[in-house]
Amino acid sequence: MDSATLVSLVSIAVSGITIAIGSIGPALGEGRALAQALSAMAQQPDEAQQITRTLFVGLAMVESTAIYCFVVSIILIFANPFWRYFLAQ
Amino acid sequence: MTITPDSVVYWQWGPVVINATLVFTWVTMALLVGVSVVVTRKLTPGFEMGRGQNALEAVVGTLREQIREVSRQDPERFLSFIGTLFLFIVLSNVLGVIPGYHSPTGSLTTTAALAVCVFFAVPLFGIQDKGLSAYLKNYIKPTPIMLPFNIIGELSRTLALAVRLFGNIMSGSLIAAILIGVVPLFFPVVMNVFSILIGVIQAYIFSVLAMVYIASGTAATGRTDEKAQDERKGEP
Repeated sequence: MDSATLVSLVSIAVSGITIAIGSIGPALGEGRALAQALSAMAQQPDEAQQITRTLFVGLAMVESTAIYCFVVSIILIFANPFWRYFLAQ
Repeated sequence: MTITPDSVVYWQWGPVVINATLVFTWVTMALLVGVSVVVTRKLTPGFEMGRGQNALEAVVGTLREQIREVSRQDPERFLSFIGTLFLFIVLSNVLGVIPGYHSPTGSLTTTAALAVCVFFAVPLFGIQDKGLSAYLKNYIKPTPIMLPFNIIGELSRTLALAVRLFGNIMSGSLIAAILIGVVPLFFPVVMNVFSILIGVIQAYIFSVLAMVYIASGTAATGRTDEKAQDERKGEP
């Protein structure tokens, strides 16, 4: 197996693993945050607007780790620098 | 399938490149400015007003209200900056469902530029509010040991701001493009509606986070605390 094949093989496999593992943590975290926010809103419906806004901002913060993983896997597939190096040779 | 509108080049002359990001940024800007100019040409005081004026007043009023709630300060100072960010991002995200329109926010260059604007706005508003030395003292609070962490935090949140918006919008357009290849009939429409929702939420989040960062750099909380303490001291 020459090195170009090896690089493409590893890139594709690792990009899949990246998004798979990287989405587990944010999914669990967002689920917890949502559950907490729902119970808080059930207890204090008057504060629903405030809680919703904070929830959205917090979810975006949590989600950004998953987005980083997504960006990394997209880079590995579509804009891989090592792959380009071998294609240029 | 294009990942970023940067790669769609319309015109090139040496190092000067006019790509889709630039062109559609100009389109979005022209839309925003044009509609605002047309509407504000015939403004009327009081309750008798045209549809456009009503819509714009609702938009500005909502922005002002949201900024006041997030920052707990007078919104007038931040309205132009935060409002511009929000309107530009929300318009370019929502117009992304139109075929042939590349959202400028789907390119890392645009979002990085917006995030850098926020990065510089935080010290500008902070220094305007408290003065240079008082603002710089923020970095060595609570102890000077925290100095490197504060600086790293400042940089990494700028990066996060840029990559978050870019990743969300890019993934939306990418999913639409992939789905058109796989199930061309009905399903991409549903995902497009979903990506409108994502676009509006991301624009909201971007501007709220920018406001939170700016508010954390300005003296609002500190000043009110001092005022409250002064009042308490004044009481017999």
